Amino acid sequence: MLTRRLLLGATASTLALPALAQNRTPIKIACAGPMTGSNAAAGDQMKTGALQAVADIIARGGVLGRQLALSIEDDACDPRQAVSVANKLAGQRVALVAGHYCSGSSIPASAVYREEGVLQISPASTNPKYTDEGGWNTFRVCGRDDQQGMVAGTYIARTLRDKRVALLHDNSAYGKGLADETKKAMNAAGKQEILYTAYTAGESDYNALVSRLKQERIEVIYLGGYYREAGLIIRQAKEQGLNATLIGGDALVTNEFWGISGAAGEGSLMTFSSDPRKRATAAAVVRAFRARNVDPEGYVLYTYGAVQIWAAAAEKIRSVDARKVADALKRQGPWNSVLGSTAFTPKGDVTVPDYVFYVWRNGTYAEM
Amino acid sequence: MAYALQQLINGVSLGMIYGLIALGYTMVYGIIGMINFAHGDVFMVGAFISLITMLLLGLGGGAAGPGALLLVLLAAMAATALYGYTVERVAYRPLRGSFRLAPLISAIGMSILLQNYVQVAQGARSKPIEAPVPGGITLMESAGFTVQLSYVQILIVVLTLAVLAGFTVLVTRTPLGRAMRACEQDRKMAALLGIDTDRVISLTFIIGAALAAVAGCLYLLRYGVIDFYIGFLAGVKAFTAAVLGGIGSLPGAVLGGLLIGLIETFWSAYFSAQYKDVAAFGILILTLIFMPTGLLGRTEVEKV
Repeated sequence: MLTRRLLLGATASTLALPALAQNRTPIKIACAGPMTGSNAAAGDQMKTGALQAVADIIARGGVLGRQLALSIEDDACDPRQAVSVANKLAGQRVALVAGHYCSGSSIPASAVYREEGVLQISPASTNPKYTDEGGWNTFRVCGRDDQQGMVAGTYIARTLRDKRVALLHDNSAYGKGLADETKKAMNAAGKQEILYTAYTAGESDYNALVSRLKQERIEVIYLGGYYREAGLIIRQAKEQGLNATLIGGDALVTNEFWGISGAAGEGSLMTFSSDPRKRATAAAVVRAFRARNVDPEGYVLYTYGAVQIWAAAAEKIRSVDARKVADALKRQGPWNSVLGSTAFTPKGDVTVPDYVFYVWRNGTYAEM
Repeated sequence: MAYALQQLINGVSLGMIYGLIALGYTMVYGIIGMINFAHGDVFMVGAFISLITMLLLGLGGGAAGPGALLLVLLAAMAATALYGYTVERVAYRPLRGSFRLAPLISAIGMSILLQNYVQVAQGARSKPIEAPVPGGITLMESAGFTVQLSYVQILIVVLTLAVLAGFTVLVTRTPLGRAMRACEQDRKMAALLGIDTDRVISLTFIIGAALAAVAGCLYLLRYGVIDFYIGFLAGVKAFTAAVLGGIGSLPGAVLGGLLIGLIETFWSAYFSAQYKDVAAFGILILTLIFMPTGLLGRTEVEKV
């Protein structure tokens, strides 16, 4: 505690001094996510977005006239590894962590960041707990599962009223949270599911589960989980002759899903924010990405936006102190970024979440 | 009825893959009394080599002929056998004669090494292919429920039983098998009688790795998606199968694999998919309490 006060004091006193010494040292920021493991594709998107955002900010003169030093950290979506990454980053006293990806990582990591005075903006963690139970330091530029589940649950209850629905989840903070919120919204709208059950992530054989769905004559599978298992389950369903429609959350918004599911993924639906690639504010950045043969899909622009919003807030209050930036983010918005104009609620959620349905057709996804 | 039959098919084909991997554990244990914890990862390497061979032959995009598949299988077996040999030569042979736990720890190290090597060389992402053996037959249909049996599932069962039969013959009827059994009973005595025990042990590892490659290839054909981490879970399940069936016994390994596959499947079918591992391991514990050497294991006679 004493050391922390000393550190805070030291930070404060350097801020009070003219920016003489500061100009030389770069501001440390970090991007943390699953760079390895079964969600590595999403981690890769975050890394692409963060690297580009930092490069673009430096090209325009940095933040407060200082350079940025970005470190990429790997949590493999493992809560324990996320905590050790968080400790490491707190030790380096980074000004911002753009991350993590999995809610199961973001939530425990945010406690470490809160203790150590680090600002966290997640581009992807949608579990409500992340900001509900988080402190002053937790922000996200994506929506929340309760909003996402509300959209999915209402859609199922209205449009697919006569279909036999199964709800599956992988027991992760993200997956179960999403399935529960969807169930809640669906039941509230007067529709009951036939089956609600969990599966174990990380396996390859879901045939037993699929046969059970087939036995129950399921026509709609709502899946709270990640793309690997979603792809495998729908693939094995088609192999067994079960023609059900898969509906999932934002974790299915990656070409990896189609890679695994193949043609079986045709017609699968998922909820995601309206495509940020199509927003006018992102046009220039998207062009720059495409010129390098990178498709800024999924979380690329969200991570880019998270870094950009932080930089804008830091510039506005002429400080990178985490508490001051956090305060400014909540009170002095809206902030312009590739994501458009973003304002934050006192909890750190975006004020206007805009979930829409996407559908997979012939290996690409588009808004429905 | 139809439902139970479908789940039986699911369980048997899953169990046979476990059994095929378990054969490798059981063979190595039978000969040198060591658990080769890297075996699951050798299986994973086998799956990757199958995938690479398939892509080299231009088979990534769909159906493949039996000749091409045989070629993939043989290439995977050959290359994986080389890995098996190298692992034994590098990690286990230098430790032969040292205390019992040394090769065990070395094996765990080897397992981590192989995982990380594949992760670095091939990337961490899942590698999917389109089903090379698509289609199957509809066995029966009742009340709108069709029972599907895919060609890959038939292939898995046939190949596993053929491999089991082949190795039973190898161990009981050939000079190499005799040498293997001699090493199993008393390595020092076997050496005194002119058996090159190092060579026999090397061959055991080579055969075990080739079996793992068969399993890896079948796994790829069945699920179409592999990554560097599949060896861990499959290895744990197969090891459990080997212990359940009686470690050291060839038919025991396949029987154990079959049981684990069936328990998992039927538990998910009628109870909760979430706790199927609890069920499988619970039965393992019960079995070991009443039959400490496993279902088909022999009681070890303490030699004086």
